[in-house]
Amino acid sequence: MTDSELKIKSVLLRKNLLKYIYKAKAGHTGGSLSCVDTLNVLYNRVLNVDPADFKNPNRDRYIQSKGHCVEALFVTLADRGFFPESDLETLCQYQSHYIGHPTKKVNGVEQNTGALGHGLPICVGEAIAAKLDGKTHRVFTLLGDGEMPEGSNWEAFLSAAHYKLDNLYAILDNNKQQITGSNQEVMNTDSLREKLEAFGWAVREVDGHDLQALESALNNGPFEAGKPSFIIAHTIKGKGISYMESVLKWHHGVPSPEQYELAMTELDTAEAQI
Amino acid sequence: MELDKLVEMDLRMGKANQEIFAETLEKLAAEDRDIVAVTSDSRGSGKLVPFGQKFPQQIVEVGIAEQNLVGVAAGLASAGKKAFAVSPACFLTARALEQIKNDVAYSDNPVKLVGISAGVSYGALGTTHHSLHDFAALRAINNLIIVVPADNFEAEQAVRLASQSDKPVYLRFGKKAMPFLSEENQKFEFGKARVVREGDDLTIIANGETVYPAWKAAKALDEKHGISAKVVSMHTIKPLDTQLLDVLAAKGQPIITVEEHMVNGGLGEACASYLFQKGASNRFHIMGIPDEYTVTGSQVEIFGHYGISPEGILAQAEKLLK
Repeated sequence: MTDSELKIKSVLLRKNLLKYIYKAKAGHTGGSLSCVDTLNVLYNRVLNVDPADFKNPNRDRYIQSKGHCVEALFVTLADRGFFPESDLETLCQYQSHYIGHPTKKVNGVEQNTGALGHGLPICVGEAIAAKLDGKTHRVFTLLGDGEMPEGSNWEAFLSAAHYKLDNLYAILDNNKQQITGSNQEVMNTDSLREKLEAFGWAVREVDGHDLQALESALNNGPFEAGKPSFIIAHTIKGKGISYMESVLKWHHGVPSPEQYELAMTELDTAEAQI
Repeated sequence: MELDKLVEMDLRMGKANQEIFAETLEKLAAEDRDIVAVTSDSRGSGKLVPFGQKFPQQIVEVGIAEQNLVGVAAGLASAGKKAFAVSPACFLTARALEQIKNDVAYSDNPVKLVGISAGVSYGALGTTHHSLHDFAALRAINNLIIVVPADNFEAEQAVRLASQSDKPVYLRFGKKAMPFLSEENQKFEFGKARVVREGDDLTIIANGETVYPAWKAAKALDEKHGISAKVVSMHTIKPLDTQLLDVLAAKGQPIITVEEHMVNGGLGEACASYLFQKGASNRFHIMGIPDEYTVTGSQVEIFGHYGISPEGILAQAEKLLK
């Protein structure tokens, strides 16, 4: 896949996640749009995973801690061939496996997540197990900036550095907003880079919508030997849809028919410009 | 004590169940590199210091951080390790309850959760260090086997079975030396209660460290009144041995349950719920810690205070049989 095709894929994934949120009349729209570029790069350029052999013990692990942005994950997994995209017609319907958070009942999902502050500790366990067994696969998690105040994350930050887990990568979808308001207003986690470096992590900051920058960071770790790697992906909540970008109500807003049409038109234009 | 004079002490004394846990885990780890103990500054109280010295590659210390303890154990288990997450039961099952619910049970990562110094083992340290809620909290979580061994035999068997199980298991151990309750009945499987004393007039269902006082009370009932009481170690609270309860319901004799747990939501209520819905009409009484600020003292003093003692159980049996 060329770099242009990868860019087009980001647009298509945006169209798909909006399509299924629109159909289900539910979903975490803004956060899915902010992290979908990261997921595109992970699944198409970084992770060693095979849809036909997902349980291979040597696969790279990806555990989505910000489970509520499952729509971005589901459309990426479907696109990558983990399951037919038409399965997503049942998103959030009675007895569907395609619920509002990741579940292992869906091929390609590593862990059931949804409660915040859980992904990273599990990844620490996965990364320690890989070290104990002398395996070389990598372990990735995607954190939301809103879940940074969870104490369990900081317990895990300590232990990842203590065990020198340079096979572990935590990516922060730093879209700077959460359901109540900006991160700064709700609970200030400023100087995050300094905090994490003080906790023993090697930190890089990238534009989370620059696919090449993401790929370069994610494929060129560890950033320091013997340290876990932290990628602050600076993103925009609602990225790609003009009227959603950094507008708080789109945290879990569902577009009206007119808004949906406008979003698709904007994405068609974006695709044509690539 | 008068009752101790009445009850001839003929049981072989063993060790604390949590010591047996550590010894058994060592035996298993020597043969299986996938056995991993995960500790939260708890290897001393968990008797795992020798384990850590013998198998430094099979112990993961997370410090005093119980949420991370269980999350890390879930990751290890997901990667194929037989992870035993060890922490005092009071912290493990309260501080890390969400991790137990989501990362272990819901995600079906077969972590072995090991609650040590359980119940009121740390009696004098106060409510912060008591686990009198764990049966109730964990019974309300799907996909979790809950096991409370009564003696060293059950403790060793429970650790061995847990290590082989592909399901999440909670093991609850105390820190007091336990006698071997039945040298005859050496059958142990999860979900099948162990009868440690046969009897026809009354049944005392207990688990963990309350089985021994129940056994003494049964012996006293026999010697004092000629009443024959069956004593059951209901070591698995979930899944409950409903086959045995069906038999007890059919026979109709009185039932006393005894537990080192608050009376809300524990062993007694689990049995009562099953029996009542089956239409059982046995006279029935739940003994445990009442819903109040728990008195402090040694474990045996707290047991005595609330009647979870040979004398208390004997008196309750006499009352129920009147």
